[in-house]
Amino acid sequence: MAIAREAEPVSSLHEIREAGLDREDLLGMYRTMLITRGIEERGHILYKQGKIPGSFYTGRGNEASSVGVATAMGGDDVGTPLHRDMGVHVTRGVEPWRIFAQYMGRADGPTRGRDGNVHMADSKLGLLAMVSHLPAMLPVAVGCALAFRIREERRVSVGWFGEGASARGDCHEAMNLAGVRRLPIVFICDNNQWAYSTPTHLEYACETLADRAQAYGFEGVVVDGTDVLAVYREAKRAIEKAREGGGPTMIESLTLRMEGHAVHDDAFYVPKEMFEEWAKRDPIERFRSWLRENAALTDDEEDEVAASVKKLLADAINRAEESPLPDPSSLTEGVFATPEDLDTPHHK
Amino acid sequence: MAEMTYLQAISDGLRVEMRRDKRVFVIGEDVGVYGGAFKVTLGFQEEFGPWRVIDSPLSETAIVGGCTGAAIMGMRPVAEMQFADFISCAWDQLVTVAAKQRYRAGTPVPIVVRLPSGGGFSGGPFHSQNPESSFAHIAGLKVVCPATPEDAKGLLISAIEDPNPVLYFEHKHLYRRLKADVPEERYTVPFGKARVHREGDDVTVVTWGAMVHTAGDAAKELEADGVSVEILDLRTLIPWDKKAVLESAEKTSKVLVLHEDTRTGGFGGEIASTIAEEAFEHLDAPIVRIAAADSPVPFSPPLEKAFIPQVDDVVKGLKELAAY
Ligand SMILES: Cc1ncc(C[n+]2csc(CCOP(=O)(O)OP(=O)(O)O)c2C)c(N)n1
Ligand SMILES: [Mg+2]
Repeated sequence: MAIAREAEPVSSLHEIREAGLDREDLLGMYRTMLITRGIEERGHILYKQGKIPGSFYTGRGNEASSVGVATAMGGDDVGTPLHRDMGVHVTRGVEPWRIFAQYMGRADGPTRGRDGNVHMADSKLGLLAMVSHLPAMLPVAVGCALAFRIREERRVSVGWFGEGASARGDCHEAMNLAGVRRLPIVFICDNNQWAYSTPTHLEYACETLADRAQAYGFEGVVVDGTDVLAVYREAKRAIEKAREGGGPTMIESLTLRMEGHAVHDDAFYVPKEMFEEWAKRDPIERFRSWLRENAALTDDEEDEVAASVKKLLADAINRAEESPLPDPSSLTEGVFATPEDLDTPHHK
Repeated sequence: MAEMTYLQAISDGLRVEMRRDKRVFVIGEDVGVYGGAFKVTLGFQEEFGPWRVIDSPLSETAIVGGCTGAAIMGMRPVAEMQFADFISCAWDQLVTVAAKQRYRAGTPVPIVVRLPSGGGFSGGPFHSQNPESSFAHIAGLKVVCPATPEDAKGLLISAIEDPNPVLYFEHKHLYRRLKADVPEERYTVPFGKARVHREGDDVTVVTWGAMVHTAGDAAKELEADGVSVEILDLRTLIPWDKKAVLESAEKTSKVLVLHEDTRTGGFGGEIASTIAEEAFEHLDAPIVRIAAADSPVPFSPPLEKAFIPQVDDVVKGLKELAAY
């Protein structure tokens, strides 16, 4: 028997209004989900065209989860999104052209060509750039929450991890410290059922990962990660609870990774029926139908959103391609920080 | 001036910074009520409260990762490892996250990790190491190894001020053995500026940490033979004072590099090869390296004595160099 609570779906516009979103917000989220998927689809094409060096990862199937959580965050909240969480960057306002520049190793990418793919973040938007090592950003996210607690600020940190990475000790140390000190943090588990080729039963033996929250002294919730509104509502509850001093929450967001681990992987090990079943719960399609049924989304509105997203992405790619490649003479610049680097809002 | 032990000077530096800057906080195992395993933070929790002197769970990864997050949020964390040896548990947070964040993401990580290090008291393989060379190899980390009470305070304040992750190796053997006058006011000791511990003309010893004093004792013995030994205390390995080392090498033409970290892959190799590359024509003898043996730190006193470079070892090396 699972211990964690299972989240309910959101069944009306009225219900979601109570959770803090109006119709315009919903249309915005829909657009953000389209941009998120669009960035990754176009990135995939650029990759095949040989314009993106290295490897290429997408979060197809995770758009609802990433956008739902990010929408629930406050402007001053911070987070450590991962390689399936493009929607977090887009929701927080990263301009798509900079993401393409990052993919292509250009000087105008957020890491100025020093790192690739989703290993990026705009710290001014409250995001911290992930490292490859998973889930090494969880202790860092806890440290952000610790700073908020020390300074008694009403801010919340959000830390993401995959169900595979839940097996590493960083996850335990982070959650244990957060629990012991009741820090203002929300842990989001992107459970997409695969860690590269490894299925869940070879990563953990409990029924749900959210069950583990109890062992750390806080609440665990399982939510359908293809339902953007359910994700949003649970994330909002957890974030506001943390803000009020109620301590951490772990939200396990269930999805399926709809592509291979990265472009090189055809996911032959995932049963075909599994993809077919989860394709019926495509997060964007689900939300579109919900909006038509519950929020009177019209054909015109749909067309308008689709066209504006298409243009945005085309312009973004053009602008990114105009960005220069980094100058090799800058190789060792920025290994060490200078005192001027501390001249940021965070360090005042 | 006030007379302080090396340990008191560390406490004093930390207290001065915590009084001056509200962003500075301390986190580690048993640092609060107990005052830390070596009592560096004794009385701190009473003065600064439990949210600035934080007793952490036994979680080195969470301590260092937590400091990184807090630093990015504008704090100035000072982490204490109970013993330097336990930093291995936080390797990933230091090397993978903190060291690379400025280069990749443009976000500075101003943290200090205090590392009670070094042997000489039968601490055995897990409570005696000097792992500074491993970290000196990682781009993005600064490495500090004070040898005197005055430097212990000034370098700690510089470390807290520095916008980078700084590993502050405090030598346990010096904690209560060294006592000297230390300025009572706040001051900094700049990184990358070696200190001439002793001036001399015939042979140069380049060293840091507790070995500065081993070298000092050896140099005294050589006085009887009329050999004048110069001792350079590097103070910081990253950055290290290449200029001072090369100048001294040019002056004496004979160099001995000494460290308590193990020999192979130790930072002494970097110093020796730099001298060979850049001051070869000034040398009158091959560079001599004296370092700990390539073994874990042993427990039993005769073994440990054989492991850690002793005054006699340095005397022998210096005599050979002088006679070359
Ligand atoms: C510490 C560490 N070991 C191995 C890897 C290589 N790796 C990258 S992603 C991945 C699978 C991660 O699975 P999960 O945590 O479920 O995240 P997902 O990719 O499914 O979103 C692996 C093994 C890594 N990034 N970090
Ligand atoms: Mg997974």
